[in-house]
Amino acid sequence: MSKVVGTSVKRKEDSRLLTGNGRYSDDIVLPGMLHATVVRSTSAHAKIKKIHVEEALNHPNVVAVYTGKDLEGKVGPVPTSWYVPGCNLKEPPQYPLAIDRVRYVGDGVALVIADDRYAVKDAAELIEVEYEELPAVVGQKEAMKEDAPLLHDDIENNIALQWKAGEIPEGVMENAEVVVKESFYVQRVFPSPIEPRAAVAQYNPGSGELTLWCSSQNPHIHRMVLAEVLGISEAKFQVIAPDIGGGFGGKIGVYPDEALVAFASREIGKPVKWIEERSEHYTAANAGRDEIIEVELAGKKDGTLEAIHVKNTANLGAYLSTMGAGVSTIDFGMMITGTYDIPYAACETTGVYTNTTPTDAYRGAGKPESTYQIERIVDLFAREVGMDPVELRKKNFVKKEAFPYQNAQGLLYDSGDYEKPLNKALETLNYEELRKEQERKRKEGKLMGIGFSTYVEMCGFGPSEVVGAVGFQGGTWENSTVRVHPSGKVTVFCGTSPHGQGHDTTFSQVVADKLGIPIEDIEFVFSDTKSVSMGWGTYGSRSTAVGGAAVSFAADRVVEKAKKIAAHELEVAEEDVEFENGTFSVKGVPGKERAFKDIAHSANMAWNLPEGMEPSLEAQYFFKPENFVFPFGTHVAVVEVDKDTGEIDLQRYVCVDDVGTVINPLTAEGQVHGGVAQGVGQALWEGAVYNDNGQLVSGTLMDYTLPKARFFPTIESDFTETPSPVNPLGAKGVGEVGTTASIAAAMNAVVDALSVYGVTDVEMPLTPEKVWKVIQEKEGNQ
Amino acid sequence: MIPVTFDYVRAESVNEAIQQLKDSDGEGKVLAGGHSLLPLMKMRLTEPQVLIDITGIDALKEVRKEGDRLIVGALNTHREVSIHPDIKEHIPLVAETARQIGDIQIRNKGTMGGNIVHADSAADLPAAAFVLDAEVLITNEFGEQAMGIDSFILGPLITMMPEDSIVTGVSFQIPPTHTKSTYLKYFHPASGYPVVGVAAVAGTDSNGNIDFVRVGITGAGDVAFRATSVEEELLGKAPSEAVIKEASKLAADDGEMGSDLFASPEYRENLCKVYTERALKSILL
Repeated sequence: MSKVVGTSVKRKEDSRLLTGNGRYSDDIVLPGMLHATVVRSTSAHAKIKKIHVEEALNHPNVVAVYTGKDLEGKVGPVPTSWYVPGCNLKEPPQYPLAIDRVRYVGDGVALVIADDRYAVKDAAELIEVEYEELPAVVGQKEAMKEDAPLLHDDIENNIALQWKAGEIPEGVMENAEVVVKESFYVQRVFPSPIEPRAAVAQYNPGSGELTLWCSSQNPHIHRMVLAEVLGISEAKFQVIAPDIGGGFGGKIGVYPDEALVAFASREIGKPVKWIEERSEHYTAANAGRDEIIEVELAGKKDGTLEAIHVKNTANLGAYLSTMGAGVSTIDFGMMITGTYDIPYAACETTGVYTNTTPTDAYRGAGKPESTYQIERIVDLFAREVGMDPVELRKKNFVKKEAFPYQNAQGLLYDSGDYEKPLNKALETLNYEELRKEQERKRKEGKLMGIGFSTYVEMCGFGPSEVVGAVGFQGGTWENSTVRVHPSGKVTVFCGTSPHGQGHDTTFSQVVADKLGIPIEDIEFVFSDTKSVSMGWGTYGSRSTAVGGAAVSFAADRVVEKAKKIAAHELEVAEEDVEFENGTFSVKGVPGKERAFKDIAHSANMAWNLPEGMEPSLEAQYFFKPENFVFPFGTHVAVVEVDKDTGEIDLQRYVCVDDVGTVINPLTAEGQVHGGVAQGVGQALWEGAVYNDNGQLVSGTLMDYTLPKARFFPTIESDFTETPSPVNPLGAKGVGEVGTTASIAAAMNAVVDALSVYGVTDVEMPLTPEKVWKVIQEKEGNQ
Repeated sequence: MIPVTFDYVRAESVNEAIQQLKDSDGEGKVLAGGHSLLPLMKMRLTEPQVLIDITGIDALKEVRKEGDRLIVGALNTHREVSIHPDIKEHIPLVAETARQIGDIQIRNKGTMGGNIVHADSAADLPAAAFVLDAEVLITNEFGEQAMGIDSFILGPLITMMPEDSIVTGVSFQIPPTHTKSTYLKYFHPASGYPVVGVAAVAGTDSNGNIDFVRVGITGAGDVAFRATSVEEELLGKAPSEAVIKEASKLAADDGEMGSDLFASPEYRENLCKVYTERALKSILL
């Protein structure tokens, strides 16, 4: 049997999902099941004077109505899971339903439970909330002003945290030959999974056990946090994430709504289902980004970079979400030097509460923003010193020989060869020819631009000690059990929680190679806290690097034991047994062998095992990585801007990613494509907009532009492979690279096109009107 | 996204549909493709008590030529309109417009009649309807009447539709055979509606001078409009890049520009000019 790791095995999941045979939360139907809906605040900031629930209670289908006051003493506030130390972090309580004050449009005010999914919506309309309006504040800079309305009375200036990392010695910035400054706004966007959030809770009044199916990226974290919120033993609480239609970080968070559904089932003693609506999702589910980033990059006229100083002012929304404090601090601030050997760096982050929906991790979480600022400012630096942006990058790259390399913020980059993907991309592009074409077009008055992003990001969360030291409330190691049945078929349990990544396929490839059995013989169990002993879920491109590694180690343990049994049966010493392609054989004695499935049978029957050996063939491994992993690569966008309308034609998109050893090129490429769509989406189309009163005006897909397939040229995706030394697979992470890299690539391309006018920045998203106005202004001035 | 409770009935004939509308005391709505109606119901912006499904009335699918007009039955889907041989032959502008509506699911379900009667300010078809002097054919218990498109559409989602009536078809004037036509659309990237959609028909006489020109613009404001200033500027002139560019500068003069998150009035005005110029160049040069 030939090895399958490194080959484009088609996704095992697809036939099931594409034929409508998936099982999502909404497919779960239980006897006697009730339906829940949450009445949400229509005001961004107001005191709740009175909630009239009588009419709703009189609705014939209504079983119960709860307000925030009804929950007091029964359900606690939902806490954050990231207490970043040393930043004076202030966490206001976030009750599952607002008690006396609402702080954003979408804040839960009442919970309605009825025996019919349609009727519950009718009943919710009967609830009337009397508000006393308070002034609202939407922008983070405005919220910090002295006269700004306070969201939480005891949190001064709405400042949630002030964090610093790194120091630049005095004189370095001041005496630098060249300093380039720019301020970038990485606007608020919606993760937009195709399946909104969902939860179904079933409480068993007899046993006191609670089961919660919910659209979560990390059911074990949900169990850990909600057990505390609900005051229930983890041993009596099962959380299952069934099939999930995407998460993109938006389903990491433990939300008030999930606590509400669980509470209602326990209170009423019947199953309760809650399915979020699309427009509800945009006000009530966590958004991403919303950071104002001010950068100063210092260096020499010859292009040598010396120091970078970054200030990030992050809009956290009305409350502190699950990872809210970590995104703009640890995730962002430790990576501000990117792929460059910049000796000095400093980052100051201020997190601010505003009357908007909370923000949390979104694909890349801090790393796209960090990559964005360094890749944008490096381009501007190159322009300032008159160098080609590629040349400047190469000059300052961390050199191949320098790995493992400690960046100025103290992170140890595991492995890298930054020129390799860049050179491959240049070749694909025919770069020199492309620049000549750009020159020709400029002479014809056309606006063509080429934009690079040579990124590195921190993935594979993570080394437990480090993660603990930065305040994350999780272990972030990973766990896998490989269970071999008497027939030789295998069930594998793993603590990561896929929701579209294809781990069923890629992890099966790892096991198939280890055990020498076909992929069809392997079944995976993820995302169920009762079946999987512990795990930390899927986010931060951690699943393959940490979970896949645990799977690999557990499979090794199975082989180790099987080999002992084989040696015993073949009556030779263990050292004389070889295992290859699913067969144990004796070195130098052809024909003397045992198949893997024979040993599986022997181990499970235990009729004749080596002296003192336990029966069965099953192994568990808990893998705690020593470090993060650092994928890198080069993304390039080529655009042409229509002078008359400002429309941007994305003509080519070339990317060469190095995500370590590629287990499945097909799914890896798929991840890159999706990531690029979301990154370019941020640069060109997406943007959540609030008006001054805190009303979300981009609240439907009629106004909020999700990128569509036809917006893109063929994405020319390729890989180089620089294995990671951190795990046995050599794998890094691929889920977020596309997003991390592509925002800057697309923006740099458009800014390059507009550089003929001296333009250094246009605020994202680059709607044609904004671009057209820039052109109008500049053409008018000429 | 769940509508309030409603009843559902099917009509087998136009007369039956009219009777059912009357029976509903003004609380009934006609259901054809449902692609405008159902989203409004799901958002609870409209709450009809009864939906009268007319999709089984085959008579409303006819396409027939009457003199210099082509009549398109109200129930023809956008997809059917885009491929119908008579429509492609006589009023290719309408086929081309229908091809650019929404996405494939919408084109497979959405209908000509539904699109016109819904009167969305950003619908595609009104541009062509204005250019081809469309008449909306309306039937009620007293018989059929034809109403010119400009008097039928009063504003966004507002029409002169009489009570207890249904639209049975749309009649388009067939333009002279020596003309060419096009529909040039600037897609809203989120909704797929036109931010600006320009429908143009034009041709030249034997001397090479423009003897027929019609320009209709939709999406830019609350209602579609004929860019008559552009037409007047061009009529009788020999087409050239300069002549078309100059005339297109008047493209926004005959309509009110709207505004939303995506595009300001100023930008829409620019789009009217640029897209009119490009549309006219493509058929006249």
